[in-house]
Amino acid sequence: MYSNKTSETPSAHVTKGLAIWQSKNCQACHQLYGLGGYMGPDLTNIISDSIKGPAYASTFIKAGTAKMPKFNLSVNEVNDLVAFLTWVDQSGHSAVTEDKVTPLGNYKLDSQ
Amino acid sequence: MQALYKGFIGFALILLLMGLFFGVIAAIAFFKPDYFLHMMPFQQLRPFHVSAVLFWIISGAAGSILVFKKNVFHGLPQKNIFGIAFIVLWVVSILLIFLSYCFEQFGGREYWEFPPVLNVIILLAWICLMISFFGTVLKAAKDQPVYVWMWSTGILFFFFTFTEQNLWHIPWFRNSFLKEMTIQWKSNGSMVGAWNQMIYGTAVYLMVKISGDETIAKNKKAYFFYFLGLTNLIFNWGHHIYNVPAAAWIRDVSYLISMTEWLIVISIIQGFKNKLEESRKFTYLLTYKFLLASEFWVFMNLLLALFMSVPAINRYTHGTHITVAHAMGTTIGINTMILLGSIAYILKMDAGGSKKLRMDVKAGYWLSQISLLVFWLALIIAGIIKGYQMQVLHVTVFSKVMAPVLEVLKIFLYSGITLAIGIAVIAVCMLRFVSASLLNASDEL
Repeated sequence: MYSNKTSETPSAHVTKGLAIWQSKNCQACHQLYGLGGYMGPDLTNIISDSIKGPAYASTFIKAGTAKMPKFNLSVNEVNDLVAFLTWVDQSGHSAVTEDKVTPLGNYKLDSQ
Repeated sequence: MQALYKGFIGFALILLLMGLFFGVIAAIAFFKPDYFLHMMPFQQLRPFHVSAVLFWIISGAAGSILVFKKNVFHGLPQKNIFGIAFIVLWVVSILLIFLSYCFEQFGGREYWEFPPVLNVIILLAWICLMISFFGTVLKAAKDQPVYVWMWSTGILFFFFTFTEQNLWHIPWFRNSFLKEMTIQWKSNGSMVGAWNQMIYGTAVYLMVKISGDETIAKNKKAYFFYFLGLTNLIFNWGHHIYNVPAAAWIRDVSYLISMTEWLIVISIIQGFKNKLEESRKFTYLLTYKFLLASEFWVFMNLLLALFMSVPAINRYTHGTHITVAHAMGTTIGINTMILLGSIAYILKMDAGGSKKLRMDVKAGYWLSQISLLVFWLALIIAGIIKGYQMQVLHVTVFSKVMAPVLEVLKIFLYSGITLAIGIAVIAVCMLRFVSASLLNASDEL
């Protein structure tokens, strides 16, 4: 009803990653599909980004930045968070390219 | 009961002051994150601001309705015990929410950033409010003015959407990320529509009381716009998730329904001449001043919302500060102004208070209006720059995208501080009225 796209049932790692995402209140600073706070970047497709990717994401999560605190997560917790972001990434693309806009000003996205 | 309701309105005003305080602190933390990183980083500060503002709006709306219900349905059973239960449970849940933030316990959902177990108390509180409200309203005659329909719709839909917001606890709903996002933003979007019904209903009630003209709330046009608002509440939430590859019907329906809001814009323009005449008659009234300000902000934010509701334009505005301009423009310019007007009416501020107090409120009013305009425009310009950087120049490095945006956001910070001062002056004056009123036990609401 809400989505034509089928997605894989999340693994235990993804579920744990989601729990970490929520308990650390990541959406206060980051967006998924453009929804969330604007302190940091949108992370919907960070994993499939050819320049960034999972290693880049892991490094930032482990070390923090001048703007982001170091959360002192264990290696397993970092991996779970990356698994969650990978699962999100597989659901679609946050940015809508110009060719997806119809003459009536609507979108035609991949799932349709 | 009067003392309890006044106390509850005072509680709502304190939430407003907290929202302003944490808003300013969070904005400073946005610019100087390194100062706050080891003490209280942005992701810990933001929930204090968001929850304080959110609960100011809902508490202010519910408190106003509880007071006005007594006046509208005078002589009918008021189910006061459930009104008391609502206030007690509601206040306790909000205190627990702030306590959980102090101990860094978060739920991590947009708007609802506290541990989800506290939703149970909020839901129980709301059920008590529903029993108190509908226990009276359902005993009244069927031919009710439009504001009673709006209050009823708002209270009922808040219950539905708040429940829906918690469906993610059931694995079937969260096993698909797209389904989870869609339902989350369906419920959040419609929930905003629900409290807007409560607040706009209050605005109509206040206009009836100020003008003494009951037909304002009983003519065909009033009911037409009520149904238009209800349709938008149910169907136009899709603009939040245009870029989410959800089912196409969500985008199509939302786009179509959103465009019906042009009718509201046309109606505001048509009513402009009447509004001028009306303002000459009532402009000395504090409540009317706040309602007039809210009307201006309805017009401005509606125009912005209409553009954002066109997917081809939303492509540039989504995920930018234009969304923040819309959210803050409506919560401050519309919701807060109507609620301050409602509280000024409840506290009978036009009839009492010293000349100095009224002058302070007037100064706070103008400072907040001018600051809000600068604040709102700064966010829109920042959003345009961010959208241009990302969608036209295709800049992918976040720090490069944000460098020119941050320059404009400095104006947002400074105007935000003066805006907070302006609203705080009004809120403090109102709190002084509340405390004076509580000391005078014979003062009826």
